Amino acid sequence: MNRRGLQFDDEGRLRHFITLDGLDRATLTEILDSAENFATVGTRQVKKVPLLRGKTIANLFFEPSTRTRTTFELAAKRLSADVLNLNISTSSASKGESLLDMLRNLEAMNCDMFVVRHNTSGAAHFIATHAAPHISVINAGDGWHAHPTQAMLDMFTIRRHKSDFTALRVAIVGDIKHSRVARSEIQALSILGVPEIRVIAPQTLLPPEAERMGVHVYHSIEKGIRDVDVIVMLRLQRERMEGALLPSEDEYFARFGLTEAKLALAKDDAIVMHPGPINRGVEIDSAVADGPRSVILEQVRNGLAVRMAIMAKVLGRGPQGEEAS
Amino acid sequence: MRIRIHGGRVIDPASGHDAITDLYLADGKILALGRAPDGFSADREIDAQGLHVIPGLVDISARLREPGQEHKGTIASETRAAAAGGITTLCLPPDTDPVIDTPAVAQLIARRARDAGHARVVTLGALTLGLGGEQLAEMALLRDQGQCVGVSNACRPVTSTRVMRRAMEYAASCRMTVFLHADDASLSQGGCVHEGVMSTRLGLPGIPDAAETVAVARELMLIEETGVRAHFCHLSTAHAVQMVARARHDGLPVSMGTTAHHLHLTEMDIGDFDSRAHVLPPLRTERDRDALREGIASGAISTICSDHQPHDAYAKLAPFPETEPGISGLETLLPLALRLVEDGIADLPTVLGKLTCEPAAVLGLEDCGRIAPGLRADLCLYAPRQPWLVDNTRLDSAGKNTPFEGWEMRGQVLYTLLEGKVVFDFNTE
Repeated sequence: MNRRGLQFDDEGRLRHFITLDGLDRATLTEILDSAENFATVGTRQVKKVPLLRGKTIANLFFEPSTRTRTTFELAAKRLSADVLNLNISTSSASKGESLLDMLRNLEAMNCDMFVVRHNTSGAAHFIATHAAPHISVINAGDGWHAHPTQAMLDMFTIRRHKSDFTALRVAIVGDIKHSRVARSEIQALSILGVPEIRVIAPQTLLPPEAERMGVHVYHSIEKGIRDVDVIVMLRLQRERMEGALLPSEDEYFARFGLTEAKLALAKDDAIVMHPGPINRGVEIDSAVADGPRSVILEQVRNGLAVRMAIMAKVLGRGPQGEEAS
Repeated sequence: MRIRIHGGRVIDPASGHDAITDLYLADGKILALGRAPDGFSADREIDAQGLHVIPGLVDISARLREPGQEHKGTIASETRAAAAGGITTLCLPPDTDPVIDTPAVAQLIARRARDAGHARVVTLGALTLGLGGEQLAEMALLRDQGQCVGVSNACRPVTSTRVMRRAMEYAASCRMTVFLHADDASLSQGGCVHEGVMSTRLGLPGIPDAAETVAVARELMLIEETGVRAHFCHLSTAHAVQMVARARHDGLPVSMGTTAHHLHLTEMDIGDFDSRAHVLPPLRTERDRDALREGIASGAISTICSDHQPHDAYAKLAPFPETEPGISGLETLLPLALRLVEDGIADLPTVLGKLTCEPAAVLGLEDCGRIAPGLRADLCLYAPRQPWLVDNTRLDSAGKNTPFEGWEMRGQVLYTLLEGKVVFDFNTE
């Protein structure tokens, strides 16, 4: 099954949001434009629009997450949908009930949308393949595979600072190999026409044949961030030390941590991003994270508008409430 | 029962015989080729005009799921599927439940297979007790009382090199062949696809080439030192094929095989998390697939097996990494091999040899895999040009898990004979 086939309905409308792989620039741009309109909703006296009134959205979080789940919940509520939050710990999921059984049970509750976070790559794709046809699935992160809403909010943030994607040089620094954010980010940047995407990491944190993703590989941050417009720092998981991928946090920070001195090598107006949560002193120095070039809190704020735009889009409504054609 | 098979193209890869001729069977054995023996009168005539008559296929690696996982398949259901695929001899690895580490389990399997009567089943005994990789299994007893044709640790790793060395030494002194699944578990751990373009694209944990090549390197050194006769059952990488080919050239008592699916599919066939293409060893790159094909052409690879692993539907219904690996392959083994001839990889007798006499030789079976007077009348008659569409719901196997769903195959088995008895007849199915 090709990706276009799964994510689009018979009329060619987006019905799932699993991965950016296979989407085109027009679709991404439309979501970003629509998010601009939704961004104003939160500043109003009444912070709600009735677009998804009567719809039921289930947040299926098989992996703990506070921030992503909260923004999805808030986004759904601002669109006037009913929200069901299900935090499914791996232990209860492994009590003999298969994912498919659980899916059938949830379908019986007449939900319209599943927002899925799962620690296994392919989980959202699996759920979208097997869910009843009237259910839309939004991938809120699956294993190392994809985190398309995070990538979209990052694109939104970049666009607010840099007018033209086709003139940008972007560097992604850190654990690319195990990062769903990095994969989706690279796809988003490519689709939007960014001519030069760099990934910066030691070989142990790079996926095999990384260049085939359309990126330039650097093993030195000093070389890799020279003259870039945007720097995306990735979170380093503690367990990477145990897997013999890295010697220590100290060595990682010394080689790849973003400090003011290293930041000075990028363009003067370069912005610094991070999908959070931050490990201060591991991948990024506090002075940079809290400094004037950091847009990290802006990313969190933008997450809401972008997720509203995506939810409205897959449930077939534009920001003015019109049925999308 | 006396049978005359007339008018077919009789191909015996072992002797090089390839001609349109008649075949006479009596009392479960091949009586004669060509002219009828004096006084022969057939109880049954089989018209084989337009058909190829070849030795019944010998599949050196097939799981039947019994004992232990009868919800996925039984000896009866899977041997029936084998007959439908023209396979008359199946070799069962020891990773049943219970494990084949006592003669009783091997005897049970042999009895069930005899009762079912669709195909001959031979077994591999465990190399280590419970396949635990620590203590030696009773290899000689498995051979003498269980009729095991070799020993293997199936897909379970023997992580201790010391245990592997001793197991090989002991097997060598028992004159038993060791069947190897080359996998360095510490390198493959957690992985579910080839480490390469697709693992990167889909964010799936990868299994590097080194998981196979490092294991092959270790086993080759130990084979050289212990002198044990060994067979790598299903290699997947170009590099491993090259290493084993070189070792053979240097005179080591080693041989290798691959699976029908590794000769046709690559990592790209995983597409969008298609769990039907989830197999171990994983589907590799096009370069690897081409090297395997080259190994068939050059003769370096001597066996093509189905590595049949039937599954219940739920085993494949989960996010990709959580699905169970394996393909239901008995019924596609012959047509996938024939496709190699069509693709110009090797000529027909060469390819058929990898399915018949060569695996029989690896298993040490002298009474099958060939067409010659005095041998078992295990035969496969197929229509070489007859196309058929793979429809998984119509497979005889209890396992419907095949990535070849929808492929158009050529080569339809019309009759399978086991010891002179027709165990599959396409027209009466």
